Amino acid sequence: MSVADIHIGEEVHHDEHHEQSFIQKYIFSTDHKMIAKQYLISGIFWALIGGGLSIIFRLQLGFPDMSLEWLRPILGKWITSAGKLDSEFYLALVTMHGTIMVFFVLTAGLSGTFSNFLIPLQIGARDMASGFMNMLSYWLFFISSTIMFVSLFLETGPAGGGWTVYPPLSALPQAISGSGLGMTLWLVAMVFFIASTLLGGINYITTVINLRTEGMSFSRLPLTVWAFFITAVIGLLSFPVLVAAALLLVFDRSFGTSFYLSEIYIGGEALPNMGGSPILYQHLFWFLGHPEVYIVLLPALGITSEIIATNSRKPIFGYTAMIMSMLAIAFLSFIVWAHHMFVTGMNPFLGSIFMFLTLIIAVPSAVKAFNYITTLWKGNIHFTPAMLFSIGLVSFFISGGLTGIFLGNSALDINLHDTYFVVAHFHLVMGSASFFGMLAGVYHWFPKMFGRMMDEKLGYIHFWFSFVGIYLVFFPLHYVGIAGFPRRYYSWTNFDAFNSFTDLNAFVSIAAILTFSAQFVFLFNFFYSIFKGRKAPQNPWGSTTLEWTTPRIPGHGNWEGDIPKVYRWAYDYSKPGAKDDFIPQTVPYSHTPESNLPFENELAKTEDVSPVAQDAK
Amino acid sequence: MSNTTVLVDGGKMSAWAGGTEPMKASYGKLMMWFFLLSDAFTFSALLIAYGMTRFSYPAYEGAIEDFVFSQAYWPVPEKVFEAVPFLHGVSLPLVFVGIMTFILILSSVTMVLAVEAGHRMDKTAVEKWMLWTILGGLTFLGCQAWEWSHFIHGNGGVGANLSINEYGPPNFAALFFFITGFHGFHVFSGVVLNFIIFYQTTVGKLEKRGHYEMVEKVGLYWHFVDLVWVFVFTFFYLV
Repeated sequence: MSVADIHIGEEVHHDEHHEQSFIQKYIFSTDHKMIAKQYLISGIFWALIGGGLSIIFRLQLGFPDMSLEWLRPILGKWITSAGKLDSEFYLALVTMHGTIMVFFVLTAGLSGTFSNFLIPLQIGARDMASGFMNMLSYWLFFISSTIMFVSLFLETGPAGGGWTVYPPLSALPQAISGSGLGMTLWLVAMVFFIASTLLGGINYITTVINLRTEGMSFSRLPLTVWAFFITAVIGLLSFPVLVAAALLLVFDRSFGTSFYLSEIYIGGEALPNMGGSPILYQHLFWFLGHPEVYIVLLPALGITSEIIATNSRKPIFGYTAMIMSMLAIAFLSFIVWAHHMFVTGMNPFLGSIFMFLTLIIAVPSAVKAFNYITTLWKGNIHFTPAMLFSIGLVSFFISGGLTGIFLGNSALDINLHDTYFVVAHFHLVMGSASFFGMLAGVYHWFPKMFGRMMDEKLGYIHFWFSFVGIYLVFFPLHYVGIAGFPRRYYSWTNFDAFNSFTDLNAFVSIAAILTFSAQFVFLFNFFYSIFKGRKAPQNPWGSTTLEWTTPRIPGHGNWEGDIPKVYRWAYDYSKPGAKDDFIPQTVPYSHTPESNLPFENELAKTEDVSPVAQDAK
Repeated sequence: MSNTTVLVDGGKMSAWAGGTEPMKASYGKLMMWFFLLSDAFTFSALLIAYGMTRFSYPAYEGAIEDFVFSQAYWPVPEKVFEAVPFLHGVSLPLVFVGIMTFILILSSVTMVLAVEAGHRMDKTAVEKWMLWTILGGLTFLGCQAWEWSHFIHGNGGVGANLSINEYGPPNFAALFFFITGFHGFHVFSGVVLNFIIFYQTTVGKLEKRGHYEMVEKVGLYWHFVDLVWVFVFTFFYLV
C-alpha cells in the first residue's frame, strides 16, 4: 500500500473559524468537545439531584423520629401532617436515586462526557464520525432527562418500584401511587435514553475503527479509548434487550397484555391476567442490568489507567493484560445475569453455573487491580487531585469487589439478597468507584476542556472528605446487611432485631451528609475555575497522548494544520535514556535513538516521518 | 516528497494501523451494521420471550383433525392461519403467509438489483428497482393488515385482541400482535427510508454525489428486516 503526499501547494484547513451563532456553538453543537461539556454539565445537574434525594431518605433512615417539617417548602404534601416523610414517596426516592445515578450520571454523565471528549482527541480525529448523530444523541438524552425530571413533580409522584422496576408491582397502576403516571414517564424516558445511548455508541465504535490517525493501531491506543470502545460495544448489545423488556412492560401496563402478569389478586379482587411470567422480565432486565454495571465501570477504569500511568511517570503495567482483562470482563458480563436472581426459585444447578461464571469475573478484575498497584509500585508519584481520585477508585474497586465474591455465591446470597450488604457492595465497587473515575477524569482533563487549571488545594479537600466519607457511609452498611436489614424499607424501628443499629444508622446518615456537602467544594472549584482558574499550559501533566498536542483551547477540528501522526504507544514514561520523563506519541523513533530498544531501532529505520498523507475526513 | 512509502507492518496488520478504513467500509455503512447488530438483540429478546411463554403452556397432543381452539393449550398455527382473501371458508393452511413471505423476499431481490444498478451508476435502473422494492414492502404491509384484521375478527368466535383470544391463550394473540407489529413497524420504517432514497435518486441528488452508497445502506436495513421476518415466521407459523 503506498501513501502518496497530496499536500503540496494546498493546505487543508479544517480548523478555520467561521463565526457561529450562540445556538450553533453552545446548544445545537455538532462539535464533540461541546457535546462532551453538555453531557458533563447535565451529569453534574443529575448528580446533585440524585445525591440530594439520597440525603432525604438517609434522614428518614438515620433519624426516624426527626420532624421533617422544614422540608415542606420543597416536598409539599410528601411530608405528612405528622411531619414525616410519606412512605410511598420514600419508595419513589430510592427508585429515582438509583435510576438517576445509574443511567443519567454514571452512564450518560461518564461515558457521554469522556467518550465524546477523548475519543477524537486521543485517536487523532477531527471529530466524531457523525457530528449530527452525536448531537442527536445528546438531545435525545436531554428529552429523556426532561421527562424524568418532570416525573419528579407529578401529583402521584415519580416511579416507585425500585430502579429495576420489577413487575407485577410496576405493571399495576393500582398497586402503589408510584406505579401510576410516574412509572409511565419512567418507561418513556428510558426508551429515549436507550435511543440516545444507541446513537452515541454506534458513533463511538465507528469513530474508533475508522478515524484513527496514521500509526494509531489498536495496540497503540490509550487504555481510555479501549475502555470507551468496549463500553460502547457492551451498551450496543445489552440496551436493546432492555428496550424489549420495557416495551413489553408498557403493553402490560397500558394495553391489557399479560406478558409479565399471571393470577394476581389486588385489593381482594382477582385480575384477569393469565399466563405471563414476572421472572421473564427479570431475565430480560438483568441481561442489560449486569452489563450495565460494566458500562458504568469500564470508562472509569480506562480513565484511571491513563491517570495512574501519567502520574506515576511509569508505563502502565501489563498494557495487553489490561486490554485482555477488559475484553474478558465484557464477555463475561453477558453470561452472569442470573446471579441477580438466585432467590427467584431458579434451579439450584443453574444457580451453580451462574455462580461459577460470576466468580470467574474475579480473575480479570484482580488482573486490573494488581496492574494498577504494580504501576504505582516504585513510581515517581505525582499526587494531583486526579491521581488521588484514581487511587481512591482502586481502593473502592478492591474493597467493594471482595464483597462481590460473597454475593456471587448462590448459597450465601440467600441470606444476603436484598439486604444492605448488597447496597454497600455495589455502592463501593460500581457507584463510588465509577464516580471517582468521573471526578478523576474531570480534574485531569479540565485543562483541556476549559483551558484553565482547577485549584489543587480545593481538590485535596474534596478528595479526602469524599474518600473518607464514602467509606464511613458504606462500611457500616455491610454490618447492617449481614444482620439481615433489608433494603428499600421505609422504617425498621418496628423490628426489634434491628434496634441495636439505631446509632449506626444515624452515623451513616451524618457521614452521607458530610460526603454530599463535600461535593459543593468541587462544584465551586469547577465553576470558579472555568472562568477564573489559572491558565493551563499546553501539557500540564507531561502526558504522552495526542490530546495534549492540541492548542490550549482546541478549536473546531482540534488541530491547526495537519492532524498528528503516531509513532509509538501511549505509555513511554520514564524511558531509560530519554531526555524527558515522557515521550509523546507523536515523536518518531528515529528522533530518539538514545532511548530506543533494539526492536524500536529496527522500526526507526523504516519509519515514514512525512506528514499525514490525507486528512481523515 | 513524491516518493511513495511502504508501511512497515505490511500485509494484514497495515489495514488496522490507522489513517485508513480498516474494513474498507465507510463510517455510514459501519454504523448501519452496528445498528442492525443492536436491533438483532432486540428481536432476539422478543423471540426468546415468545419461546419462554410458548413453552410454559402445554402443546396440543391429540390428532390434528380433532383440533379445536382452547385456552388449555397453545394453538396449532396451521389451524389459526388458514384463510386467504376471497377464498372464504376454504382451509388453506399457511398459504397466505407463504405468499407474504415470498413477496418480502422478492423485494429483497429487487433491492439487490437496485444496489447493483447503483454500482453501475445507472440512475434509471436504481429508480426502477427501488420502486419495485417499495411496492413489495407496501404489499407486504397490506397483506399484514389483512391478516391482522382477519385474526382480530376471528372465526366466528370473540376474535382476538391484546387481552382476549379465541384461538388459544391470550398471550398467543398478544405476542403475535406485539412481535409481528414490531416487525411491521420496521418494514414501515424501511419503506419510508426506501422512499426517501428513491426520491433522492429521482431528483439526481445521489448521482451528483458520485455514488449510490445510500442505496447500499438502506439495502442492508431492508435485508435485515427480511431476515428477521424469516425468524418471526419460523417462530409463529412453523413451530
